[in-house]
This record gives sequence, structure tokens and C-alpha cells, in this order.
Amino acid sequence: MAAIELAALSKVYPGGVTALDAVDLTIADGEFFALLGPSGCGKTTLLRTIAGLEEATGGAVRIGGDDVTALPPGRRDVAMVFQDYALFPHMSVSDNIAYPLRIKKVAGAERRAKAAETAGALGLGGLLERRPGQLSGGQQQRVALARAMAYRPRAFLLDEPLSNLDARMRLEARTFLKRLQRELRVTCVFVTHDQAEALALADRIAVLDDGRVRQIGTPAEVFRRPANTFVASFIGSTPMNLLDGVVTGDGRVGVGGVPLPAGEHGLPDGERVTFAVRPEYLGYGTEPVPGALPGRVTVVENLGSAQLVTLDGDAGSVQVVVDEDVPVPLGATGYAAPRPERVLLYRRDGELAAPEAPHAGA
Amino acid sequence: MPTDAAGLGRRRAAAFVAPALLLIAGFLVLPALWTVYLGATDYRLTGLAAAEPEFTGLDNVRRALDEDSFTHSLGLTLQFVVGSAVLGQAVLGFAIAWLLRGRRGVLRRLVEALVLLAWILPGSVVAFLWIALLDRNDGTLNGLLGTPGTAWLVEHPMASIIVFNIWRGTAFSMMLYAAALGTVSPTQLETARLAGASGWQQLRDVVFPAIRGHVLTNLLLISLWTFNDFTPFLLTGGGPSDETEIMPVFIYKTALFNGELGYGAALSVLMLLVNLVIALVYVRLLRQRARPAKAAERGAER
Repeated sequence: MAAIELAALSKVYPGGVTALDAVDLTIADGEFFALLGPSGCGKTTLLRTIAGLEEATGGAVRIGGDDVTALPPGRRDVAMVFQDYALFPHMSVSDNIAYPLRIKKVAGAERRAKAAETAGALGLGGLLERRPGQLSGGQQQRVALARAMAYRPRAFLLDEPLSNLDARMRLEARTFLKRLQRELRVTCVFVTHDQAEALALADRIAVLDDGRVRQIGTPAEVFRRPANTFVASFIGSTPMNLLDGVVTGDGRVGVGGVPLPAGEHGLPDGERVTFAVRPEYLGYGTEPVPGALPGRVTVVENLGSAQLVTLDGDAGSVQVVVDEDVPVPLGATGYAAPRPERVLLYRRDGELAAPEAPHAGA
Repeated sequence: MPTDAAGLGRRRAAAFVAPALLLIAGFLVLPALWTVYLGATDYRLTGLAAAEPEFTGLDNVRRALDEDSFTHSLGLTLQFVVGSAVLGQAVLGFAIAWLLRGRRGVLRRLVEALVLLAWILPGSVVAFLWIALLDRNDGTLNGLLGTPGTAWLVEHPMASIIVFNIWRGTAFSMMLYAAALGTVSPTQLETARLAGASGWQQLRDVVFPAIRGHVLTNLLLISLWTFNDFTPFLLTGGGPSDETEIMPVFIYKTALFNGELGYGAALSVLMLLVNLVIALVYVRLLRQRARPAKAAERGAER
């Protein structure tokens, strides 16, 4: 069990492609940490550089205070679980779990006992003599986790751990993974492109884009106060509304000619901003009210317990989550009123301007 | 009523296949049967037995098994196959493929081009090059090693043809293994590396189990090719004395130099049987691999 520190970690590929651009990150001992970002953002490269499977071209990796930047993967004392689980198909479940112990020259009887104990803890007790090909996807994943657990590494690195499972198994495995991490109290870093997975599992999330960390925070922080328009548009199961606006005075922001309340912000009049609000935080109505954006209903998407309505108006496209009971005919005119306390304002450079952080440095 | 996908019907389909079957019968099956028949006669190239060969049954086979020259030749052939194919080409080919894996660019292309060149050059050209290389008086090897006057083909004839055949045939193993290594799961290798496995342990635990089928197929093919290879004759002519008289050379000399066509045919049939045994051993080994894999698939379906 150990903390992981990355100091100005860089990775530039021989062709000149920068995969990691001076990443600074501290992952606390026992923390469940997510690296989140779109494909190609460098999150997998970051994980592999921590593991030592990729060589850093600059900066340092410290695990438990030891500088491991120059160490080969086998001497970093970390375990990695791959997206495809990477089980050895010719070995039994027991031999797979005991493999790292065998490499570390643990005696046969001891490592078999250890494998059986770990398998039992993960509900694989009756499967020890099976081959990986005889197991379901979820069982294979647990074997891969057991193989990582059995030799008590200082940290777990998980590369897209849930993406090879079907939708229902994924939710089960997610809960299982979170419980397991709590019980083991092991430092755990996982990579995902699925923001819902990151929000659900992680203690803290680092959102990456283009080799740089765009925001680090708890799921609540990242969801409520995205630090920039990139994070704002990436996080959330429905995309955030990002609308061009101008500060008009008395705390309001004009969007498409409609003055909208935007809470406390302290920005000067005439400043051009991006007015951001999640579709969940807009009220939908059929009658014009002050502080509501008008638009014609052009798309209605059924989300199950709600519907996602797209309104096209002077301000551009605005998406609103509407309760399932409300009838929304296509082509009708609707009004979307943002909840002022949920409005975020971004400067023209894309950084969050308002609301201010509740506590300085938080 | 035509029942096949193309709607030809049995009769027309047979007509389409007939020319190919005729060629196979005429140029493959008949000569083979003819060889089996000849092997049971005392047919000779010249003399009385050439005009009126007599049926002698299994006499030729009995003679082969009794005579030292046959067992001697068989022993030499095994040396040649094990030394140049199983140990030489397979090991060297794998080593080159392993070292070149993941490499791109000039070095890889250069090595591949050179190894391939040795493979695609005609045997007669290559043999001539090697005679020049190994020549006693002005040979390149003697020049390089500073050992003038060493007659490699006379003093170390078997070693010479083994090295020659390794040099000539490694390309096939290299290409087959290079393709096989591409199928090894990178994440399995990385899992082994993260566990601290050494290079050798990665080969033993990840690579070889994954490419076992490729290895066996490769060994089968190069064993049979090497067993039937006649090119060493161009270097040593089977000599000095009978020191490199491997099976194809022995048969050639028996049948055409000594004119004992009947005996030569019997030897050919024996050689075919040895080939069959080699093939059967490998096929048996390959099946052993396939069975647990199938069982695993069935288990997953349940």
C-alpha cells in the first residue's frame, strides 16, 4: 500500500507526438483514483508509464516515496489488470492466480494455498481447476483481480476494467470492485473513458485531455464545478448546454437576447462569457416566463424515466430534461428556465469564472 | 436434380473435375504405384534384368534392412535433419524473429532481405557459392579464418552440409515465427513482465504455449523438406566416401550410378514410409493441443 506521486511526468513518442505533457499528480495511499478522458487523451499512456511498460521521457514516478522512474515493471511492485484480463489460456485458474508468486519463487504448496484463499475471497472457490476459456467474462475478470491481489502489490492499476463486460454485468462488477477496494484499502488507479464509471467508482478523478490534466477533484466537484468548458462538456450523462452570452448588469447574462439570472459572479458589464447549465437543471414550460429561453421542439429522446428535449431558438440549441409524464409535441414552442444556483459562467478562454470556489484553494 | 450450390448436378460436376483427376492419376498416382511395383523386382538400368525384370517380392526390402549402407544412410539423414532443420533452422529462425519483433525500419528489412535471399536463390547457384566459400586453396572461409589449406568439405563434410542447409533454409522458419509472434497477446506478455518474469520465463510461460501449433507445423514442414533435400549432393556428391550419403543421395547413387532401379525403387518406398512416420508423430502432437482447447470451448458454451 503506497501513495503514487507523478512529478512533471512527460512522454514524447519518437515521432514527436506528445502523449503526456508534464503531468503533476499525487494519488494518496488507499485512494481509488480515476484517469478519465476521451480516447487519445493519454490516460492509458499515463497508467502504463506508472507501471513501467512505457518509459517516461521526462519527470519522475514515485511509489511509496521511492523513485521508480528507472525501474523495470517487475521491480515496481504494482499489479495491472488489463481490459482483456490477459489470463494465460493454458494455465488453470489456480496457476494463473499463483503465477506472480511462482515468478517470485514462493514454494508450490504455499502459493497454491494462497491462490485458493484469494479465489475463495472473490467467489471463485469452485473454479480453481478450470481453464480461463471455461469461465464467463465476469469470472475471468475476477481471476485477473485475484492474480493481482494474491501477491499484495503496493498499488493496483486497472486499464478499462469494465469495458469488456455487457451492460448488466458492468453494474454488478462496478459495485463489486468498489467494495473490494474498500476492503483491501489498496491504492488503486483506473483508466476509463466512461464518465459515469469514473463518477461512480472513484474517490477522486483526474480529467485528461491532450496529455494534460484539465481538472482534479472529487466526483462531486468535477460534476458540479467543471473547471473549464472541456470538462463541462465531457462530464455528465447528457451533454451540458454551453451558450454564448454577455454580462448585462444586475447579475444577469444575456443569452440570445434574453436576460437570464446567473447568481453571484462579479464580472464586469459587457464581458462575453459562456453560459453553462446542465439539461437536468432547466425547468420546462409551455408559457413564456421571465428568465426562460424560448425555442421550437425539434428532437425528443426518451431516457426511460425522463425525456431529453432539444429546443432550437435564438440562443442556439438548448437541451432540457423533462419529466416522463409531460407531453412534449414536436414543433411546439417551449420555454427553458435555468436554475440560477446551477448556472456556471466560463470566460472566453474556457476557464471557470463563476461561481467562485466556496473556499480558496479547495 | 442438382443438389449442389452451383446447380451443376453430379454428372457435369464430375466432368469439370475429370481433367485434374486425370493429370493427378497420370503424373502422381501411376508413378507412385509403378515405383512400388519396381521395388518388388530386380529391374536394372542395363543388362538382362533391364529387358526382362523378374518379380522378387520383398527381397529388395530385406536387402536394404540387412545392408549397412542403408542404415548408415538413414543415420546420416537423421543427423542432417536434426542438426540442420530441428536445431539449426528452427532455433535460429525463432531467434531472429524474436530479436526483430517490434522493430521496424532499415535493420529489420536488411536482415529479412538477406535471409530471404539465401532461401530464394536456386540451389545450383547457392551450391556453387558455397564451394567457392569452402574451397581448400582460395576459399573465402580459409581467407577469413587464416586457415589456408583446410578442406572443409573433406575434413568436416557433415558439419559443412548442416551449416549450409541452416544458412539456406532459415528464412522459412523466421517468417513463420515472425507471423506467429504477432499473435502472442501483448497484454499477457506485459502481465508476465509486471510479475517480474525474465526474458526466458516470458518465452516459457507466454510465448511458447501460444505458438505451440506454429512450432509443430514448422518442424513438420522443415523436417520433411530437409529429409528429402538433394542439394547437399551438389556440394559433396555424398562423399568423401559415403560420409554425407543422406537418403536422397543414396537412392540416386543406387538407382542411377549403379543402375539398380529395382533396389532404388524399394529404397524410395522405405523413405516414403519414414516420411509418413515423421508426419504422423507431428500430427499426433498437434492433435494433443487441439483437444483441451476444444474442451474449453465446450465448457464456455455451457
